[in-house]
Amino acid sequence: MARISASVYTSHVPAIGAAIDLGKTTEAYWQPLFSGYAFSREWMQTHKPDVIFLVYNDHATAFSLDMIPTFAIGTAARYRPADEGWGPRPVPEVIGHPELASHIAQSVIQDDFDLTIVNKMDVDHGLTVPLNLLCGSPEAWPCPVIPFAVNVVQYPVPSGRRCFNLGKAIRKAIESYDEPLNVQIWGTGGMSHQLQGPRAGLINREWDNRFLDRLIADPAGLAAVPHIDYVREAGSEGIELVMWLIARGAMADVAGGPKPTVAHRFYHVPASNTAVGHLILENPQ
Amino acid sequence: MPLDKPYLDVPGTTIFDAEQSRKGYALNQFCMSLMKAENRARFKADERAYLDEWPMTEAQKEAVLARDLNRCIALGGNIYFLAKIGATDGKSFQQMAGSMTGMSEAQYRDMMLAGGRSVEGNRKVGEDGDAQAHRQPQGRTIPKEGA
Repeated sequence: MARISASVYTSHVPAIGAAIDLGKTTEAYWQPLFSGYAFSREWMQTHKPDVIFLVYNDHATAFSLDMIPTFAIGTAARYRPADEGWGPRPVPEVIGHPELASHIAQSVIQDDFDLTIVNKMDVDHGLTVPLNLLCGSPEAWPCPVIPFAVNVVQYPVPSGRRCFNLGKAIRKAIESYDEPLNVQIWGTGGMSHQLQGPRAGLINREWDNRFLDRLIADPAGLAAVPHIDYVREAGSEGIELVMWLIARGAMADVAGGPKPTVAHRFYHVPASNTAVGHLILENPQ
Repeated sequence: MPLDKPYLDVPGTTIFDAEQSRKGYALNQFCMSLMKAENRARFKADERAYLDEWPMTEAQKEAVLARDLNRCIALGGNIYFLAKIGATDGKSFQQMAGSMTGMSEAQYRDMMLAGGRSVEGNRKVGEDGDAQAHRQPQGRTIPKEGA
């Protein structure tokens, strides 16, 4: 049977992608950020999964205002890096896992989560920047990826509680897949940031670190935090953090298993307008 | 019964909800069209003529021509869509975000390097933080509907 071995959490700021693409990762501004991921790149070498289930949000790229799915699962065989207005990022095509993705879609929909099934889409920085941060800039990504896009652009976005419960349903779906695949689930976006209005530039270091503490030790309690707290405390775009609760909800302890171990934790301000947070949690074997 | 919108009293912030999205549909879809290189070229060649192809309000078109992102947002724009205009202009996300704060580009960059804008005084309208309308020349110009 397939199993979830670990969950990874990281911000996905577009400027990080630009820094990688323009060869600026060793510049003074960016060096502290990329050095915070040095452990993670090594960890990925020794903990290479068979599939990454990658929770992210589309930033008005594949989904315009013509259609706004709350939860969209990619069941395609491949996904092209999108042109977000600056030209497509020079990163490898993303190879999907249609068999596992379709299996998850069927199981999760039968568990009352109304997923939109997507057989054709381009993927933006929300998906490719986390891959770069953990895998560097290889010729090909190390394994297939199932993109899972969450609407966090137009309110109301799904609640933390719903995301957490969705994570539980995803774990159940993965663990009922016959092939013995090693699956990682990644939650991306955040941390505190606001990109709009006179309050742009908001950062809340204390709130972010409390979020990381609670994500590790009290995820069910954290899932009860209402949207307005994210907006007020972490900025209007800080709401992206609800996506981390999907990955956390898929960990073993939530279903009565052992607590995860913290393999890595990192926090840095700023990357462009944003606070960057990063965690790796492993399920004990 | 009115909908639950607890976010209307956050200073200097417009939440892009279903109502804003309805108002801004044409504006945001215009922005979306700028993801194609040929459309970017046509827009740059004659901005007004390109905008006139879209069923946008005159106020929305003027806000785009003036690159007044706060005004665009008040009229239903969303920052992830408006970012396509910035990309067309060769602006970074930080330049775009900074342009809405009443700060110079250098001031905004320095604020971010120093740890960003503090949340203190900026949680609710009526406090005294730097994003409040009375401390923000740009904040004063934005009509805050429903607040």
